[in-house]
Formats: sequence, C-alpha cells, structure tokens
Amino acid sequence: MNWIVQHLWLIPALPLLAAGLTALAKQRHRKFAASLSIGSMIGSLILSCLAFKDALQHSGAGEVSRQYLNFKWFQFGDQWLKLGWVLDPLTAVMLAMVCFVGLLIFIYSVGYMSHDENFTRFFCFLSLFAAAMLGVVIANNLLLLFICWELVGLTSYLLIGFWYHKPSAAAAAKKAFITTRVGDLAFLLGIAWLYSQAGTLTFYDHGQGCLEKDGITKLVAQATAGGMAVSTGIALLIFCGAIGKSGQMPLHVWLPDAMEGPAPVSALIHAATMVAAGVFLVARVYPLMSGSPGGIPSGTAALQVVTWVGAITAVFAATIAVAQTDIKRILAYSTVSQLGFMMLGLGVGGIAVGMFHLITHAFFKALLFMGAGSVIHGCHDEQDIRRMGGLRKFMPLTFATYAVGMMALSGVPILFSGFWSKDEILHSAHAWKISHWPFYLAVFGALLTAFYMTRQVLLVFFGDYRIALGRITRTEQYSLEHAGVPAEEHPQSELAGAPHESPPSMTGPLVVLAVCSVILGFIGTPLWPWFQSFLTGEHLRFDGHALAKPDVLFTMILSVVVVTIGVGLGYWLYGRKPVATAEEADVLEAIQPEVFTLLRRKYYFDEAYDWAFVGLNRWWAKACDWLDSWVWNGLVQLCAYVVVGISWVNRVIDEYVVNLSFDEVCRRVAGGGNLLSRLQDGRVQRYLRIIGIALTGLVLVLIWGCRS
Amino acid sequence: MNASPILSILILLPLLGGVLVVGLGAEQKKLARSLALGFSFLSLALAIVLWRKFVPTTGELQFEETHAWIPSIGVQYHLGIDGLSLVLVLLSAIVVPMSMLASWRIQERVPLYFALVLFLQAGLFGTFTALNFFHWFIFWEMSLIPAFFLIKLWGGPMRSAAATQFFVYTMVGSVAMLLAFLAIYLSVGKFDFTDLADVGRNGTLASALSVKLGWYDLSVKRLALVIFGAAFLGFAVKVPLVPFHTWLPNTYAEAPTGTTMLLTGLMSKMGVYGFIRILLPIFSEQIRWVLTPLLWLAVITIVYSAGAAFAQRDLKRLLGYSSINHLGYCLLGVFVAAKMMANEDASANDKAAALNGVILQLFNHGLTASTLFWFVGMLEQRAGGLRGLNDFGGIRKVAPIFCGLMGIALFSSLGLPGLNGFIGEFLIFRGAFALSTWAAAVSVVGLLITAIFILTILQRVFNGPLNGKWAGLPDLTIGERVLVLPAIGLMFVLGVYPQFILAAVNSTVIQMVRQLRF
Repeated sequence: MNWIVQHLWLIPALPLLAAGLTALAKQRHRKFAASLSIGSMIGSLILSCLAFKDALQHSGAGEVSRQYLNFKWFQFGDQWLKLGWVLDPLTAVMLAMVCFVGLLIFIYSVGYMSHDENFTRFFCFLSLFAAAMLGVVIANNLLLLFICWELVGLTSYLLIGFWYHKPSAAAAAKKAFITTRVGDLAFLLGIAWLYSQAGTLTFYDHGQGCLEKDGITKLVAQATAGGMAVSTGIALLIFCGAIGKSGQMPLHVWLPDAMEGPAPVSALIHAATMVAAGVFLVARVYPLMSGSPGGIPSGTAALQVVTWVGAITAVFAATIAVAQTDIKRILAYSTVSQLGFMMLGLGVGGIAVGMFHLITHAFFKALLFMGAGSVIHGCHDEQDIRRMGGLRKFMPLTFATYAVGMMALSGVPILFSGFWSKDEILHSAHAWKISHWPFYLAVFGALLTAFYMTRQVLLVFFGDYRIALGRITRTEQYSLEHAGVPAEEHPQSELAGAPHESPPSMTGPLVVLAVCSVILGFIGTPLWPWFQSFLTGEHLRFDGHALAKPDVLFTMILSVVVVTIGVGLGYWLYGRKPVATAEEADVLEAIQPEVFTLLRRKYYFDEAYDWAFVGLNRWWAKACDWLDSWVWNGLVQLCAYVVVGISWVNRVIDEYVVNLSFDEVCRRVAGGGNLLSRLQDGRVQRYLRIIGIALTGLVLVLIWGCRS
Repeated sequence: MNASPILSILILLPLLGGVLVVGLGAEQKKLARSLALGFSFLSLALAIVLWRKFVPTTGELQFEETHAWIPSIGVQYHLGIDGLSLVLVLLSAIVVPMSMLASWRIQERVPLYFALVLFLQAGLFGTFTALNFFHWFIFWEMSLIPAFFLIKLWGGPMRSAAATQFFVYTMVGSVAMLLAFLAIYLSVGKFDFTDLADVGRNGTLASALSVKLGWYDLSVKRLALVIFGAAFLGFAVKVPLVPFHTWLPNTYAEAPTGTTMLLTGLMSKMGVYGFIRILLPIFSEQIRWVLTPLLWLAVITIVYSAGAAFAQRDLKRLLGYSSINHLGYCLLGVFVAAKMMANEDASANDKAAALNGVILQLFNHGLTASTLFWFVGMLEQRAGGLRGLNDFGGIRKVAPIFCGLMGIALFSSLGLPGLNGFIGEFLIFRGAFALSTWAAAVSVVGLLITAIFILTILQRVFNGPLNGKWAGLPDLTIGERVLVLPAIGLMFVLGVYPQFILAAVNSTVIQMVRQLRF
C-alpha cells in the first residue's frame, strides 16, 4: 500500500488541527488564524493532488480501482466496528474540488471578513468545516461518513449563525440544523437497518464490504414489507439524508434562509461543498441504489425516486428564483434547482453524469456567490437587486467574472462548462426508458435557469445605479453595527459614496474560478469523455464522430435553443427598457401579480411548515406539559389526598371514638375508686362501728345457723 | 473464596469520611469542604485502581466477597462487580467530586452538607456492588435518606414539598419492591441475586410462587406478573418511567445544583441498574409476557418527555425532562434485549449492541447531564437566582467561553457524533431496529424533539441581541475553567474512543445475552 493511501487521513486532519489551534487563539491573533487555516488547506490541497495522481495511475484498467485502509474502532458482541478511508476516482475528484475551491474561498474570506471583529472564530469554524467535509469524502464506512456528515451540519449551523446577535441569523441556523436533522434521522435508521442486514457498514473490505458484489447481491435478494427489496428500502432511507442536506423538496426550506450567513459561507457551504455532500452520498452508495456493484444506472425504485425528486425540485426551485429580489437568494434557489439536476443526472445517467455537473457547478456557483459577495461588499452591504444597477461601470472585474459564471450556469454553448455537464444530464434523461417527463422538466428548468440569471445580471449590472447617493440604507446601518463600528464613526464619504471594486484578495479568486468554469467543460465532452471514463472505469477513446450522433446532436441543439429562448426572454422583459427606480414593480409582477406573489412567497411552504410541524411540536409540548401538571400529577395528588384523608379519619377515630371511650372507662374506674376510697377515710370510730355491727351480725347468723 | 476486600474498603471509605466530616463544627467550613473533597478523590483513586485490576476479557463476577450474615434467612454479605457495576462505580467516583466542587459556595451547615454527600456516595457504591437482596436494599434505602435531607435543607423555595414528594414516591416503589422480594423469598427461599437468576432462568419461579403463595386463586401466570409488577414499580419510579415521573421535575428544580448533579448523574442510574441486574435476569420470562406494553412505555417515555421538555421555561426543569428522555433510550435497549427472537444466534449481536449501548449511555449521560446542571448552576449564580429560558439573550457576547463550553455539553446531550452522547444512542438504535423496528422508528422522533429544544436553549440564551441586563455578566474564571475542563475533555475522549468503556463492558454483556436465552 503506497504512502498516500496510508496517510489519506492527513487530508482532513490538517484543517482539524488548524481549527483546534485557532479555537484557542485570541480574537486579535488574526494573521495567525488566517495563515494557519490557509496553510492547512494548502497542505490538504497538495496531498489531494498526490492522491489524484495516484488514482490516475491506477485507473484506466477497464474497471474502477479502489485502495482502502480499515481499522478497528470498538467492539460489541463478537463484532468489531471498523472505520476506514478509501481512495477511488470518486474520492479523488471530490478531494481535488473541495480543497481547491475551499482554498480560494479561504483566501477570499480574508478580504471579505476583514472588518469583522470575530475574524479568528470565522476561520476556526471554516477549518472545522473543511475537515468534516473532507472526512465525508474519504470515508470508507457509512458510520464514519455519518459522523462527518453531522459535523458538517454542526459547522454549517455555527457559520449560518455567525452573526449571532441578529435574531434572523440565529433562527436560520436553528432551522437549517433541524430541517437537515429530519433527513438525518431517516439516514440513521437506514444505517441501523443496513448494519443489521449486511453485518458491516464498511463499503469496501476485501470482498466483504456492504457495497461489494456479495453484499449487494444478498441485500437485493432479501425482501421486506410490501415486496420492496431490502437494498431499496435502505437506499431510500439514506436518500432522505441526502434530501435534507442537499435541500431537495420537501426539505429545501432551510437553504434560502441560510443566506443569513456571510457570503464566503454561502459560497463554500451552500454552493460548492456541503449541499453537494448529498449528491456525493448518493454517488457513494450507488450500488445500493442501483442494485448492482457498478456505477451504472438501472430502473430500480430507489433510482426512480431520486430521479423524480431531482426533476421536480429542479423546476420548483427555478420557478421561485424567477421572483426573488435578494441577490443571494436567487443564487440559493438556483443552487437548489441545480442540485435537483444533479440528482436527476444520478438517477438517469449514473455516477459520472451527476458528478460531472457537481464538479462544474461547484466552480461556477462558488464564483457567482463570491461575485455576489463582492457586489454586496462594494455596495456597502446592499443585497436587494432592485436597489442596484449599472454596476458594470463601477466593478468591471466583478462584472466580467460574474458574467462568465452566469453563462456557465445558463449553459451557454461550447465555451462554458455548464453547457457540457447539463447536456450530459439532458442526454441521459432523453434516453431514460421509464418516462420522458424528467426530460421535459429538465428542459423547462434549463430555460428558467437562463431566464432568471439573465434577469439578475440585467438588474444588477446594467442600466443605471438606482440608489440615490447620500441615503444610508437600513441594511448598511445594520451591517456596520455588526462589524463593531459604532454609528457615529463612519466617514460620510464612504457611506454615501458610489459602489467600488473589491480588493485583489477578493477578485483574485474570482478570476481563477472564472478560468476554471471555462476549461473544466472540456474534460467531459462527448468528443473526449475523460471524466466519465475516469469515474466509471471504462476505456477512454477520442471519438471524433461523437458530436455527429443523432441523439447527442439533438440534445446539443435543443440546449442551445433553450438557452437562447431563456436569455432572449430575459432581455426582452428586463433589458430593453432598463428599470428606472428601485420602487418600480417587477415586469413580471405587472403582468401576472398573483402568480408572481405566489412565487415570491415560495409557494407558502414556510408558512405551511410553520403551521403544520412547528405548530404540531408546540401542541405536543403543551399537551405533554398539561398531562403532566393535571393528569399524572393530579393522580399523585389524589393518592396523597386519599392517604391524608385516611389518616384524618384515623385521627378522628382515635381522638373521638377510641380516646373518648377510653377516657370514659377511666372515669368510671376513677369514680368507682372514689367510692371505694370513702371506706378508707381514716375515722377509727367508723371502723369500730362497722366492726361492731358486723360482729353482731356474724354472731346472730352463727346462733341462728346453729339452731337449725 | 474471597478476593481482596477492595470493594468493602470502597464502601467504607466515604462512610468513614462522612462520619469524620459530620463531627466538625459549623464554623470549620474550609476544613469540612477540603476533607470531604479529599475523601472523594481517595474514592476516585480507589475506583481507578479497581479499573486497572479488572480483567476485561471475562464476563464473570470479580472481586467477590461472601460472608455469612444472617444464615437462618439466607442473608449474606455478598459483593462483586462485573463490567456494568464497574462502569457505574467509576461514574459515581467521578460525579461526586464534581458535585462537591459545584457546591463549594454553600454557606449554611457546610459539614452536614458534605457529610450527607459522602453518605450518599457510600450508598451508591453499595448499591452498585451488592449481590444479595437484603444487603442491597439497605444501601438502596441508604442513598435515599441523604438525598432527602440535601433537598430539604438547602433547596429552593418549594423544597419541602419537593423533598417530601421525592421521598414518599420513591419509598412507595421501594416498599412494593420489598414485598415482592419477600414473596419470592417465601417461595424460593433465596435472597442472593445469582441464585434467584438461576431460578428465573430455568423457569421455576412462576410455579414456585403459585405453590407457596396461592393468593386469591390467581393463575400461575397472573401471580407471577403481580409480583413482577411490584418489583417493576420500585425501579420504574427510580428511573423514572412515564407515568411515574412527576416527582422528577420539581425535585430537580428545587434541589441545590450539586444535589441535582447527583440525582441526575447517579441516582437515576440506580433504576436502570436495577432493571439490568435484577429484573432482567430474574423476571425475563415475565418481561417477555408483557413485552409490547413495556416497549410502549419506553417509547412513550422517550417522546413524551421530550415534548414536555420543550414546553418548559425553567432551565432546570427542562434539563430534568431531558434526563427522563435519555434514560428512556436506555430502557428501550433493556426491553428489546429481553425479546425472544426466532433465531437467537443471529440476534445475539443485536442484543449485545443494545446492552452495550445502554451501559455506555448510562456513563455518558451521567457525565453530560451533571456537567450541564453545573453550567446552569453557574449561570444561576451569576444571574442572581434567575434561570428561565427567556431571562437571557445574547450572552455569547459577554461570556463566550462559558457559552462555548456549555454549547459543547449541550451538543453532547443532543447526540452529536464526535462527542460522547452519540455512540451509546447509535448502538441502542442498532440493536432496537433489528429487534423491534417499530419501537426504534417511533423513538427517533424523540431525537428530533431533543434537537429542537437544545437548539432553542442555544438560540434564546446564547444567541440573539444582548439583553441589556446582562451586559456585565462575568465569564468563567480561570478556576472554573480548570474545573470544568476534565469533564469536557472526557466528552471528547469518549466520543472519539468509546472502546475505553466498551472494552470493560463487552464481555459482561456477551455473558448477559447468553444467559438471557434459555
């Protein structure tokens, strides 16, 4: 076993160490915290590259090569629960992506959070997150994956609620944790089930792992309630965890609220990595989902559920994104929608299709979020797109990179990676034999994606700057407070000034990501599907005629048409006549106010959940408390009163019956004694009188007695 | 054959300490505290020695001491430990010094307070090591009396009512248990737990009861169930199991912080210990007869207490209900382990998982709950007696270290992986899912509600805008940090390396599971 596989654990361990050391540092040790975190990420990146090189060397043999190392953790009964890590192509690409994007975001955060007083703590949490996420990626055991999964959720909670004095942020953090926990509990049950059926949670273990041929065959063969295969049942439960973490319907409600966190947090966690963990999980346990040990899709019930959930979420979230006005929220719903695309890809096309979109999306979505952060930073913490406009004059570099990201996301053809990855998904959906509806939904979703992104870019970067210079916005005031700057100390010129470009520490990563958003597309085109062959182990060929094949050509042309329609529609509605003021109603709102409001209010999902689940929880709590105070406690008090009552009756009997009668008897005895005591009154004459009378009587009795 | 009398010394040590401390005058506070703490550290040292000398590879009883006491009624002085007892002895040795440190600021009748804590500790050590019912019952009751006085004399405003309710409620259970065991003695003629376990195992208990007692023409099965019910009541009140739990919130709220730590950390474990040590081996047949209602009780305990916790506004009452919730998982594990399965060989690992999880959860919950109440006590002290959920807000800004450390304890209570609270719950669910899927599935709702109320505590007390009243709230002093750090450290250590405890327990559990299948 080579060095890198043995020391794969170092990749999450380095950021963990950085997090531990930073936790002990004081707030003023900013340089120390930042350099430690960034240094640890550089270290992890180097190791990830080594791991990638190793995985490359072992690949191409016709099947997927896996290297792993397992060790014992604890014992129960006669079994040892083992943990371990694995290095296979899936791990390698995720490691490279997470470390690279993570490093860029860490560097970006130095600039973005420079005014914040809790800078050190931010980097501590970021490092902890990186450690947990990397742990999820390398885990060779479902329990280890779950442990790191939960730690990812914890750090997400800590980072969303980073500005903890804002009640909305604190509430959003709790909502995120609870919503993902609902999914995680189903995940936990799935783990317990898998463990009891398969006897092991280790994925790959010299033929004995639960994802290897013997394990899968056994699980598929067993049936459970309703005739469903055990593997399908377990897969569905595990998928519930993925639904929660990746914000799929119906557990999507936490992701938009998570935008309360700072922009780097949104970029790292809610675009590139944490939400991708759900997609990664499905890819990792794909043999369970598909019922066969390879990464090839089949028509199992589990994969069908994944496909449908993904397709519906993709369209659902895209429709909501159309009506949002917060720059980050549009991107948040876009993320939910794109994650739906990824799930759809996994369901219809297999691991390679879903993961390709995951990788490309990570780059351009992080780019978009960081660009949005740059915009927010430059507009003095304004987040409403109605109050922006014409920013391409003030922030040219941000605009350029943002445009690249937007084009990648929309799927502008040939040059941009999003086109190629989305095309793979559309192609597989078109070829899906079970139903064509996911394909139609995906096409509609792609159209909406192009539309809302065009809308966003037009409203933010084109037209005129709509903020009347000189007025301080409410958001600005709030954010300045949270940065610890008292209200009196802001120089007026900065407040009322025009938007400005961000510092190089922020724009540098943007440029790098923009470049990646372009070149990454070329590793997975049908001409040269390197990415797909790396993940699935198939042989790689350069196929010059691939693009001429009818189904491939059809999907490509369809994508181009869809993008053109989407962008064209966006321009037609928002670009021809630029929006003049911030208070003007949205064009769509003018056309269809009720539909627009429905979309704006997110189909009232939050309100429904609040009424149903939060209300249910509150009701249950009140009911239990009432039962406790009145029923159980009442019974106990009743017993107490009965006992007290009995003792009162006892006392009554004691005092008034027994005691009194005893007293009565005593009185009689005393009375009798009194009488008797008169005989002994000490008068000798009386004694003599009585003796005399008695003697006379006795003599008379004797005389008369003798006579007879 | 008697091993070295280390267990007897373990019990006598706090007794001796208590006697010494109670004799001190009321003004000698420093001396009383230091002496008591010294004795508790001695007990800790002795417990660690016991730990080191314990042989983990066998499931048999170790350090056994048997002396005849009252031979004519079969009463012996019988002590011994296996993995379960060892873990609980160690827990007692750890939590009692913590409780003493938390009570350092008490000013009235200090020698009496610390002496009572030492007597309580002796009672606990005795309960966890005694193996003869008579002997064991003495210590069971012996731990109750100091607790009553601790609550009554140093508690909150409603302490008299709370102490009385606690004492009488527990006593009712104990009396029922005593009667049950007397009935068993009359039928079988034994008091020793190991002998009684043999009788229970070969199924002759029920018939022996009906032959010798024959009450009111009850059938064999019904009579055995009545006796079981009486013994069950004694432990159900102690754990507590819903609906015998209403004494707990008041008692935990009114007791002083140190006593609440003892109550939640140790005395509640006595109940579960009784279930595993006494009820499970002796009455396993009866448990199987009524297994579904018992599982319902456990599941209801889990979900109901979590719901009631969410409705509380007093932090101590909230954490009290949370304790009931966590012990509900333990009882779930105990009941599923008793289930008779079709294929016993295949289920042996499931049962072992459940019981391992229960014992691990006992230790971890004892540690975490005590630490949480300690933190609440510290907060209450700084806030001048206030401990409501809505009394605070945003104190993270002024007391970040306190919030950080208490946050770690809260997340441990929530069952976050990486901290000690997770593995026990995982193992219990691993076992319960295989043995009784519906019970496991319904119990996860308890996990969700627990997450909700723990995060609500974080949200209302630590996060949000700073409540102006507490702008001057002092953070943890260096001394307090040093005191709390061992407990927090243990939470991390056990989260990452649970084998530390499981190594000692596993053989015992394998033995128990083997003995459960006759």
